[in-house]
Amino acid sequence: MSGIPHDHYEPKTNAEKWMHRRLPIVGLIYDTIMIPTPKNLNWMWIWGIVLFFCLVLQIVTGIVLVMHYTPQADLAFASVEHIMRNVNGGHMLRYLHQNGAMLFFAAVYIHIFRGLYYGSYKSPREITWIIGMLIYLLMMATAFMGYVLPWGQMSFWGATVITGLFGAIPGIGEPLQTWLLGGPAVGNATLTRFFSLHYLLPFVILGLSILHVWAFHTTGNNNPTGVDVRRTSKEEAAKDTLPFWPYFVIKDLFALVLILAGFWALVGFMPGYLGHADNYIEANPLVTPSHIVPEWYFLPFYAILRAFTADVWIVIAANWLSFGIIDAAFFGVLAMFASIFVMALVPWLDTSSVRSGRYRPMFKWWFWLLVIDFFVLMWAGAMPAEGIYTTIALIGTAYWFGYFLVILPILGVIEKPLPQPATIEEDFKNSLKKKSSGGNGPSAEPIPAE
Amino acid sequence: MFRKLAASALTAATLAATPAISAGGLGEITDFSFSFEGPFGTYDRNQLQRGLQVYHEVCSSCHGLQFVPFRTLSDRNGPELPDDQMRAFAEMYEVWDPELRDWRTAGGPDHFPESQFEGAPDLSLMAKARVGFAGPYGLGLNQLFRGLGGAEYIASFLTGYTGEEEFQAGSVFYYNKAYDGWVSMAPILFDDMVFYEDGTPATEEQMAKDVAAFLMWTAEPKMMERKRAGFVGVIFLSVLAALLYLSNKQLWAPIKRAAKED
Repeated sequence: MSGIPHDHYEPKTNAEKWMHRRLPIVGLIYDTIMIPTPKNLNWMWIWGIVLFFCLVLQIVTGIVLVMHYTPQADLAFASVEHIMRNVNGGHMLRYLHQNGAMLFFAAVYIHIFRGLYYGSYKSPREITWIIGMLIYLLMMATAFMGYVLPWGQMSFWGATVITGLFGAIPGIGEPLQTWLLGGPAVGNATLTRFFSLHYLLPFVILGLSILHVWAFHTTGNNNPTGVDVRRTSKEEAAKDTLPFWPYFVIKDLFALVLILAGFWALVGFMPGYLGHADNYIEANPLVTPSHIVPEWYFLPFYAILRAFTADVWIVIAANWLSFGIIDAAFFGVLAMFASIFVMALVPWLDTSSVRSGRYRPMFKWWFWLLVIDFFVLMWAGAMPAEGIYTTIALIGTAYWFGYFLVILPILGVIEKPLPQPATIEEDFKNSLKKKSSGGNGPSAEPIPAE
Repeated sequence: MFRKLAASALTAATLAATPAISAGGLGEITDFSFSFEGPFGTYDRNQLQRGLQVYHEVCSSCHGLQFVPFRTLSDRNGPELPDDQMRAFAEMYEVWDPELRDWRTAGGPDHFPESQFEGAPDLSLMAKARVGFAGPYGLGLNQLFRGLGGAEYIASFLTGYTGEEEFQAGSVFYYNKAYDGWVSMAPILFDDMVFYEDGTPATEEQMAKDVAAFLMWTAEPKMMERKRAGFVGVIFLSVLAALLYLSNKQLWAPIKRAAKED
């Protein structure tokens, strides 16, 4: 695809021409930075920058932490305390890294839900979406392995529970789990391999992020209307877009710095607020915590994992149909991975021809219910897996799958979408007029086509 | 923030190395006030010194502080012992020297010893390994306003004995309100069991608060530095955000004006 027509880099001086003939890197950077971007992007389009910042923050703080950390089961916990007490600024580095992971996940969830609302996954951006999902999976793997490194109680037992998921796979489960752990149980071999992979995966994420950006720079950004940029000529395209630099760089930087102010307050004043007290107890294979809870960003999927107990009819049915191969534990594991898989398939599950949720009156309700469902699952994941909480988790899980597998396919057929603006330029003007005339309400109101 | 309730339940359950008889939960935690609370709170040097004294004279016979180097007792924002006093203090302890393969008198760079009594947990990080407050419905709101409450938990625990005892499986267990269950550690603090040089009356509650504050310092010795970095950073980022807001507004003004006039 040729992308949106715009001015490309032209080397002017002889030195520039010399370089450009040999390595057109300046041109690549210029075209990336000056990419035409829809004028009407709202504040939900700032999370990409926040995420990029988080990745850099984690890599930079992480590399310095590694200089002082010891990946050895008997020394790891003490080496983290060494960082907290003796390394210059070590306590800030460590807290930034720890809470940076949380900012990373908060931002990625908002980014994903933004994509779901505005239909950013729809043709022609399926590849961007799939790469994004891969990045999200790698983020989860990286965060999980990083959490094991301080070698606290929750590190140890979290690793035991999560690798146990693979052990639940019939037949190959146990050898697979042993292979992952490097032994029969979580131990030094587990710690060293997790350390190695925790260092590697962020760079894989970085590579995928570049592909992610490349993909949507080819298709062009989505925008709140979901209407395509006119690309018959440079002049037409310029009516709908502005160059990324400086218009969106400055806007994004403002949002980023505002978010960082809040983040910095969290790190400076209550760095332990979102963490687990138990991870300040050194790992002890002989003492099991009575309630093992993952970090908050895993909770919705942890709730899905635990929702399927042996007395749920669908588990009983699966067990009977598979001649006992699929038990409750394995069913939970399948459900957890499937819950992310259905999200990755959403470009093909959503049958509506309208991209943006703004012009889909029924979709909106179901979407916001999904957001609420996400938080309910998060809360249920933190509660003990008993009584009313499993029922709530089960209902939440049912809605999660229902949204992607039933509601989205049907909505596209039965829903009558609202009229969309003809162009991005029109939407941009209308939003300004609405603001200046003091009109309120979401811009979901139909805008008469010219 | 959603799993605070769970965290606190768990906290209590792992409390004693010797398993407690009842499951226990988070019991009555008194919201003692400490000088280091809030975004601007600082450690009270005198209180940390008193807490060090209580630890040294009472707790250290069973519990260790293996992550705390003696030299940090002289650090700013800590107990701030003068250098010679710190060294004299360290000399009261013996440490195992792997090079000598023998015990020797401790010096500034050495750490406090590990726990002397098997089953007594190390106290270096205790104030961060416990949470005193749980939020309603696990939402962590309580902690947002009152802090995590590790020091409050320790002080409440030390003053939380009701005097009830139970003999089971060859050991005596004691009822503790803060833990809301039976624990293997006996009540240990009694009025006037230490003598404070600064004239503070050594009541049970006073000693419990002092040692809790001291243990907060051992768990988080850089708290003041952290808060100062937080404060400076938030101010700096807020100013930067304001400048970027204005830049952004000015940058977009001609674009928006043109679009409106059209």
